[in-house]
Amino acid sequence: MDSVLSIRGLSKTYKSGTVALKPVDLEIRRGEIFALLGPNGAGKTTLISIVCGLVNPSGGTVTIDGHDIVRDYRAARTKIGLVPQELHTDAFEPVWSTVSFSRGLFGRPGDDAYIEKVLRDLSLWDKRRTIMKELSGGMKRRVMIAKALAHEPEILFLDEPTAGVDVELRRDMWNLVRQLRERGVTIILTTHYIEEAEEMADRVGVINKGELILVEEKDALMRKLGKKELTLQLAEPLAAVPPELADWNLTLNGDGTELHYVFDPKGERTGIPSLLTAMRDSGIQFKDLNTHQSSLEEIFVSLVSDRRLGEARS
Amino acid sequence: MSVGAFNHRGVLAVYRFEMHRFRRTLWTGLAVPVITTSLYFVVFGAAIGSRMTEIDGIAYGSFIVPGLMMLSLFTESIFNASFGIHMPRFTGTIYELLSAPMSAFETVLGYVGAAATKATIVALVILATANLFVDVQIAHPFLMLAYLLLVAATFCLFGFIIGIWAKGFEQLQVIPLLVVTPLTFLGGAFYSIDMLAEPWRTITLFNPVVYLINGFRWTFFGTADVPVGYALAATFAFFLLCLAVIAWIFRTGYRLKA
Repeated sequence: MDSVLSIRGLSKTYKSGTVALKPVDLEIRRGEIFALLGPNGAGKTTLISIVCGLVNPSGGTVTIDGHDIVRDYRAARTKIGLVPQELHTDAFEPVWSTVSFSRGLFGRPGDDAYIEKVLRDLSLWDKRRTIMKELSGGMKRRVMIAKALAHEPEILFLDEPTAGVDVELRRDMWNLVRQLRERGVTIILTTHYIEEAEEMADRVGVINKGELILVEEKDALMRKLGKKELTLQLAEPLAAVPPELADWNLTLNGDGTELHYVFDPKGERTGIPSLLTAMRDSGIQFKDLNTHQSSLEEIFVSLVSDRRLGEARS
Repeated sequence: MSVGAFNHRGVLAVYRFEMHRFRRTLWTGLAVPVITTSLYFVVFGAAIGSRMTEIDGIAYGSFIVPGLMMLSLFTESIFNASFGIHMPRFTGTIYELLSAPMSAFETVLGYVGAAATKATIVALVILATANLFVDVQIAHPFLMLAYLLLVAATFCLFGFIIGIWAKGFEQLQVIPLLVVTPLTFLGGAFYSIDMLAEPWRTITLFNPVVYLINGFRWTFFGTADVPVGYALAATFAFFLLCLAVIAWIFRTGYRLKA
């Protein structure tokens, strides 16, 4: 695996005593889109802020393409672009100047053609002479992205990129992220919108209370935890699941009118044809049937609540 | 691509950003020192100066020029440098500076360099304005300029520290108004400390600003109330103290990083 960002034993305890990160290990692959998922206050922003140099770690190391973020911060930081969650802008600066400023700050020589391309990609070209305070919130966010891209970073951090963003901008942002990935840029985004991770990410990490609960290929995660459920509405209510259907681990709802069968949709044998055959042989008739696939959101909620249950027990 | 040992483009970006900020308020920025200086000359030069013709053989109007320049240099340096670094902390745009491949030295060079440039320009505008009212002779013009730059750099470093320390805009004003301005007025900006009676004269010698003003006055007239060596040493000591505090700020991330 070609790792572009390597986090080892990274922890953070704030002066207030809040433990924001328990020792976290994470490897990010070159060119992937990695979504860091977690509820508010889980430690997503702290993790990103340490990697980008905004927060001092309490322990552990971070290397970017082999460069330590403390000892070799110049080489490390040159490779990173950060779009923070909040809209921090210089109110009186025109769009063009503020984006060019970012490029210079990161030590890159001026390149008007590149800045123009970035502004056009983000539909900001017409606004290049407008000062920041006259832009709408959505436009400001676009400028924040343009600033982060101004020095041609190899890794882009997007902290809650679509929080409070309208549908159009969200769609543009997703397109942009895909374009960047095609150019070989590694993208790490934090979000608490599961659909965002589901739509874009190659891999998903779930963080809760400063702990990385799991890191998994999105597809594998969906496969592993993405259960599918078959519901059969019966013609005649049943008192109990008949013994001849015991092999399928069926459950019966309260009034005995519905049978539920949970199965793995990606498995070679779903067990559905044999179940239906067995039901016909037993003379159990059904009026209707439907299937339902759990989303990443349900997976996420179940992961986080399992943890909470586990903690409550221990 | 690596940035190399010195991120000169980053320093230039910060410097230009700050100078651009000054240019937006260019006319008020220059009108204020011109008007203030004129007022001082009207009040001190004409009203009081007519009764106080000479100090150490120097016409009173000329005598106050170095003090006037220093007074403005102190306040301009502190204000520009503290505002320059406080603003990104206040708006949150400091995230970009912290995430950039900029060393502490480069960051300070950009902000303090720009603030010192502006403060020096204002001091020179005051000198030019004063020249309209009185005949100003400068005994050591190059030393005068060098001293001006040293004091500007020192007070800009001091301002930078205040900008980091201040929790709000009110605190930015506290040190300049409560400490620097009184010390400057009491530090012989408009009079020679030899004119004071004891024990005030001795007490005044504990005011560091006395040395700054007298050192500067020496570059104009070749005479001063205190030895020039003391003045230079005091200025330089304050310069080094400010550098040490800034080095500590960046090493610990004090009020910059959580």
